[in-house]
Amino acid sequence: MSVPAIRVSGVVKHFGAVCALDGVDLEIGGGEFFGLLGPNGAGKTTLISALAGLVRPDRGTLAVMGHDVQSDYRQSRRLLGVVPQELVFDPFFSVRETLEIQAGYFGIGRCRQRDDWIDEILDNLDLTTKAHANMRTLSGGMKRRVLVAQALVHKPPVIVLDEPTAGVDVELRQGLWRFIRRLNEDGHTIVLTTHYLEEAESECGRIAMMKAGRLVALDTTANLLQRFVGESLNLEEVFVRVMNA
Amino acid sequence: MTAPHLRSSLPATGGAAADMIGFWTLFYKEVLRFWKVGFQTVAAPVLTAMLYLLIFSHVLEAHVRVHDVPYTAFLVPGLVMMSILQNAFANSSSSLIQSKVTGSIVFVLLPPLSYRAFGAAYVLAAVVRGLVVGLGVLAVTGWFADVRFAAPLWILLFALLGGGLLGTLGVVAGIWADKFDQLAAFQNFLIMPLTFLSGVFYSIHSLPVFWQQVSRFNPVFYLIDGFRYGFYGVSDVSPWTSLAVGVCCFCAVAALTLAMLKRGYKLRM
Ligand SMILES: Nc1ncnc2c1ncn2[C@@H]1O[C@H](COP(=O)(O)OP(=O)(O)OP(=O)(O)O)[C@@H](O)[C@H]1O
Ligand SMILES: [Mg+2]
Repeated sequence: MSVPAIRVSGVVKHFGAVCALDGVDLEIGGGEFFGLLGPNGAGKTTLISALAGLVRPDRGTLAVMGHDVQSDYRQSRRLLGVVPQELVFDPFFSVRETLEIQAGYFGIGRCRQRDDWIDEILDNLDLTTKAHANMRTLSGGMKRRVLVAQALVHKPPVIVLDEPTAGVDVELRQGLWRFIRRLNEDGHTIVLTTHYLEEAESECGRIAMMKAGRLVALDTTANLLQRFVGESLNLEEVFVRVMNA
Repeated sequence: MTAPHLRSSLPATGGAAADMIGFWTLFYKEVLRFWKVGFQTVAAPVLTAMLYLLIFSHVLEAHVRVHDVPYTAFLVPGLVMMSILQNAFANSSSSLIQSKVTGSIVFVLLPPLSYRAFGAAYVLAAVVRGLVVGLGVLAVTGWFADVRFAAPLWILLFALLGGGLLGTLGVVAGIWADKFDQLAAFQNFLIMPLTFLSGVFYSIHSLPVFWQQVSRFNPVFYLIDGFRYGFYGVSDVSPWTSLAVGVCCFCAVAALTLAMLKRGYKLRM
């Protein structure tokens, strides 16, 4: 069997008295389109942060394509692209400068291929006309798109999006999914959190549901929809039942 | 296999070469950051130093000669060094605290930058800011005094050492502080007293013996004394002693910084 894109084993994380992750085990295969769902405070962002090395777990290990996020952090971070949930930006730079700088951090210097790829990202996220605008002058939805662009700038094989569509208008949302789907078809592994469950239902092949730091459901989307025999439920209805179980 | 949907491919990266590019990018970003607001980060401190020179030299020029050097000429290197130190500290510390408070620090925490490259980039950018401001101060205040350059290599050496030491201390402060007022406290209760009580404005030989002894425990005194030696070839202590003290302090603070960065202290929860 090939190495999974993401492997999480026995991960526990406390913030003071709060138990954000309470023993999470999870494997996500290469090329999957995976949904990570759960109510506010379930631990989704903490899990993603642990994967990205922003949070150090109390116990357990995480790996990206077989590279441990602690001991082999250079390699695991190179393979991972994360769209953070918080809408953050560096107010000193234009959109294009932001992306060029981000590529540089990943060891990609100025070259034709880099510039072509940045053009392609800008085009797909409908940011071309904003390329030279200062980050401060962008609307919230535009800033969110730049966050997505920044996560893709080193073309990572594993892409994690923490609520990428929050505050984004309908048209861009559709454009964004088209782009992400294309990346997935090209072999990129996609992991997604969202509170719009119809998005998860239509995009994700497999879904995990978290509650209070634990996984409470993990299955293919099709199986989850069949979970309650004899009833035809949508994902949102299944989600509510799982959470209240 | 489906046909490739995406046109562009990227060159392969990894290892030390990628880390080097990452380092230069972070350094470039940090320099660009202060340069884009150069009015506050360069012009303002040059003006401040100018005001010190006008006031102190006006009051003291007729009365004071130090080591046989006229007071205004004595003052210029002190002001230049003070500007280098304060601005190097301000650059790394304010950049770090700002990106921590706004959350944009994730952009440098997500990439595969080694902790050494991370620290070195912040320190080197701080040195550049210190040197740019220092040159500005020298260019402006130099008009008012007969400045000599007796040993230019010592000047350069102490400028780099001072910028490096305070830039590194700025990294420590920027990582340690959670809020702007904690950083301000660090600045007001540590950096300011150390620089003001270091012989910027006087030779420590003009102090009572007790305060002379106290000054000798202040590393900034050695930086300024050695720096001034480069201009006039006279100093309170041997420049070699000052160099040794400066290098030891730098190594100690750099070791602390690297240990903090390696552990991810306050940056990675
Ligand atoms: N830095 C932190 N310090 C203290 N507590 C934290 C920190 N980060 C997260 N927590 C706590 O950990 C728990 C899980 O938070 P997390 O952000 O992972 O949830 P989430 O599933 O992403 O929620 P949401 O859907 O609202 O984004 C929450 O109780 C939260 O308050
Ligand atoms: Mg979250």
